[in-house]
This record gives sequence, structure tokens and C-alpha cells, in this order.
Amino acid sequence: MSEIASAVFDTSSPVPKPKKPWVKKSVLPGFGLSIGLAALYASLIVFIPLAGLVLKSLELSWPELWAVVSNPRAVASYQLTFGASLAAASINLVFGLIVAWVLVRYDFFGKRVIDALVDLPFALPTAVAGIALTALYTTKGWVGQWFWLADIKVAYTWLGVTVALTFIGLPFVVRTVQPVLADLEAEVEEAAASLGASRWQTCSRVLLPALLPSLLTGFALAFARAIGEYGSVVFISGNMPYKTEITPLLIMTKLEQFDYAGAAALGTVMLIFSFVLLLLINLLQHWSHKRTGG
Amino acid sequence: MAGAVSSLNSRKTGAAHAATSEATWVRVVLISIALTFLALFLFLPLVIVFTEAFAKGAQVYFAAITEPAAAHAIKLTLIAAAIAVPCNVIFGLAAAWAIAKFDFRGKQFVITLIDLPFAVSPVIAGLIYMLLFGRQGFFGPWLGDHDIQIMFAVPGIVLATVFITFPFVARELIPLMQEQGKEQEEAAITLGASGWKMFWRVTLPSVKWALLYGMILCNARAMGEFGAVSVVSGKIREQTNTLPLHIEILYNEYQFAAAFAVASLLALLALVTLVLKSLLEWKAAREHELAVRAASAQ
Repeated sequence: MSEIASAVFDTSSPVPKPKKPWVKKSVLPGFGLSIGLAALYASLIVFIPLAGLVLKSLELSWPELWAVVSNPRAVASYQLTFGASLAAASINLVFGLIVAWVLVRYDFFGKRVIDALVDLPFALPTAVAGIALTALYTTKGWVGQWFWLADIKVAYTWLGVTVALTFIGLPFVVRTVQPVLADLEAEVEEAAASLGASRWQTCSRVLLPALLPSLLTGFALAFARAIGEYGSVVFISGNMPYKTEITPLLIMTKLEQFDYAGAAALGTVMLIFSFVLLLLINLLQHWSHKRTGG
Repeated sequence: MAGAVSSLNSRKTGAAHAATSEATWVRVVLISIALTFLALFLFLPLVIVFTEAFAKGAQVYFAAITEPAAAHAIKLTLIAAAIAVPCNVIFGLAAAWAIAKFDFRGKQFVITLIDLPFAVSPVIAGLIYMLLFGRQGFFGPWLGDHDIQIMFAVPGIVLATVFITFPFVARELIPLMQEQGKEQEEAAITLGASGWKMFWRVTLPSVKWALLYGMILCNARAMGEFGAVSVVSGKIREQTNTLPLHIEILYNEYQFAAAFAVASLLALLALVTLVLKSLLEWKAAREHELAVRAASAQ
């Protein structure tokens, strides 16, 4: 024991330590202060409360936990949340690519204003978006009345949920594709064209593969955002159990009935899913960096 | 020099135009699709907020935004943002300094964790504080004994807002400070500057636009947060009601003109945020261009 201790503390020993230090030495000051402060703050605000959520859901026994999580009303809410989020992210994938393409490649009147407006869903509070979209898409609304002519109700159905989720996810695909598209070398397209490729072939065989990582990243970001969305959806969905009730709203209902453990169980399911998505997005971004960097 | 290069580039792409661009009708169709999509999802929602707000006349509008409950909601919203933004600025600067200027193990993992509040549903953000500080929560009994109220009170609203806006400043600063490297700060330290002097004279000036950018986004989200705040607030009029919650109450009471009037204030905030954001992006791009030009002139 004392031998080990003396070996560890013997700094004059010429043999280099086998273990690398946790942090590389630097002349710059303040590492301890800044990492300590950041870690303390992050633990108090984010990590300890999140751990509390998981702990609370473990107060239930496994069968109880499973009963809460697999309850038909909960399953219906997962189906709506995932289905509508997937639909919204897909709409954003297609139209986001077109918007990014138009903004990067073409010149038209008002382009800069429209470019700035794309970020509106980031800046507009979700409650405002919710009541505005509801007013637009009811059967008497500016847009909803045209759907109503074809006997389609948008607001207060799953379609309305999809509309709200499309709104809040709109900037993601545009903003991830835009810089990649702008940085693409013109030479690649010129080479394809001079080798006899038609414009359509160049787009589908050369441009689309190059844009794929950023498209997928944008899709995943929009999807992740949509899964957790609450504010804009509660106004337009109508909130009918089994039909238009999203999972975050079900958590809210459980809280209002003081079923804390049930709320925590559903919250943990969503948390795990979000965390997996976050890791996936990081991998995608890593891949897309490597593609564009190398 | 830079001017010559850019004109050269534009001439080259001009010559290659025909082979690598679309027919006019394709352009027109694509632009129309994009504009229709954006009009349906962005422009019309913005327009309807203001038309509905003034649907019953200017008098109803001004009454709705000046009544005591609205005034109190405005005050509470400002208080929450005034606490959340500085807290997250201090955290963002500390985290970015440690992550960008030092090499340590597990750095990539830490960067991923910072994004966590973005990935978590706002309802969960409210829920976690409820489980800690609510009456049946972990600290509930202790807080009750000491007569401290966090849930359904201002501290809970502030906590939820801080959580939701947690990553904004750090996310803007980390990539920029990583890109800038550490030579300038190392030079300052080697020349004998103290740590604080280096921070105020070297680090802060070089990240000031990114910091401001992060603060603006952080502020917009703090003032507009709905889901997380609605879990912890209890929605007591003139006590724990923020602007977004006030909109919900008015809307559920079928006071649509009043709800949209209050919503128009937040829509204005969003528009101001977008303008400031574009200005900052433009300014940062120009400074970057000047720096590149200065570097190539040397």
C-alpha cells in the first residue's frame, strides 16, 4: 500500500506516468472555475431534476409501470404523437428541400425577407402559433374553409395536429440543408453535365446524395422537436382522449389528477426516446461533417 | 485582391449557367411551390394574429393589453426573462470557456448533454420540478414545513424558464470559441495580463456578437415559453400568469379578440427578434469578410 502511495506521489520519478491526466495542461487560467461552475449549474438545473423523474417512475413496480405505459389511452397518444410527427417531418423534408433550393439557387423579389421569415417558428411563442393556426384551419377559417368544401376537417383532427407540428418543425430542414447546398462545388455539377447527364440525373444522382446527411439531420431534428411539442398542438387538436390527445397532454392530465408516478412513467418513456434521438442526431451530424469536410 | 477573385468566380459560374441550371418553367414552379408553402405556414398565421387582434376595433385591443391582468402578466414575463437570460449567459460563458479552450476527456459527451433541454418536451421540463418541489415531491414536505412555495409561484416559473432556455447561449459560443483557438488569450497571459483582464479585453470582445445573438434567442424563448411554465404555474390570475398563459385563459373564455391582442404583443417580439437576428448575422458576416480580406492582404 505504502509502496503504491509513494509511487503515485513521487513526482521526481523520471518514469512517465502511465495514466494521462484528465485535462491537458495549458497556460490559460480558469479551467477549474469555469468547469466547476458549469457542472454545478447544469447538475442543479438539468441533471438532478431529470434523475428525479426516472427515480419517481421507479416508485411503481414493474407490472404497475407496464400497465401505465401500455394503457390503451397512452398507446393511442403514442400513435398520434409519432404518426403526426412523422407526417410533419416528412412534409418538412420535401418542402424544406424546395425552400432551401430556391433560397440558395434563385434570385427573386423579397428573397432576404423570406429567408429571415423562415426562422419565425423559432421566435414565435408556441401559444401564439397555436391560436393563429387554429383560427386559420377551422371550417370557417381562411384556409380551413377550402378543405371543408371537400368535406375535410383540419382543426380538431389529427390533420390539425400535423399542421401545428409542420409549423414548429419548418426551419430545421431548411437551415440544415441551406449551408451545405451553398457550399457545394459548381464543378461537380458541371462535370456531370459535360459527361452527358441530364439535369434530372445530375440532381438525383449527384446533388441528392451529397445533400442526404443534412436532409436526414434536418428531418430528425424536426421529428424530435415535434414529438415533445405541446403549446401549439393543444389549441388545434381538440384534445379528445383516444383521438386527438398527444402524449405530453396526457402527462399534463395525469398531473392535474395528482397521479405523479403515472406522469413520471410516461415522462420517462418520452425522455428515453428523446435521448436516443439526440444521440442519433449527433451521429448524423458527425457523418454529415465528415462528408462535407473530407 | 478579394474583389478580383470574386469577380473571377462569378464569371466562371455565369459561363456554366446553361448546363447546370433549370429551365425557366421549372424555376417558376419551384419558386411558386416554396412561396405557397411559406405563405400557408408562416405568413398567414402572422397576418391573422393582427387581423383578429383588431377585429373588434382599436378600443378593445388597447383595453385588452392594458387591463390589470394583462399588465401583471407582462411584468411576470419580463421578470422571468430578466432572471433566466443572465443565468444562462454566465453558464454559457463558463461552459464555452472550459470546452473551447481546454482539452479534457468526455468533452463530446458534455456537448451532447448541453443540448438535452432542447430534446426534452417542455411538459417534462415542468414535470421534473413538480416532482422535486411539488406538495407530493421529494422536497415537498420539507418546503411545506418551512413555508416556502416554489410550485404555483414565481420561483417555479423562473426555474422552468431557465431549464428551457439553458442551451441557447452556450450553443452559440462553443463553436465560435473553438474556431477562434486560444493563441490570443495565450499571448495575453504570457504578456502578463491577469485572467479577468484577458477575459474582458480579449475573449469578450471577440465573441460579443455571438453572445448577443444567443441572448436574443434565449430571451425570445424565455418570454414565449408555454408548456413548461403551464405545468408549474397554477395559472392564478394576477399572481402566476405569464403572457402565453394569459393568452390561453382568454382564448378558453372565448375572448378571442383579447387573446389575439395579447398574442400580437408576443408576435411583435418575435418580429423584432427576427430583425435583430438578421442584423447580427449580417454584421458577423461582414466582420468575417473584413478579417479574411485583411488576412489575404498581408
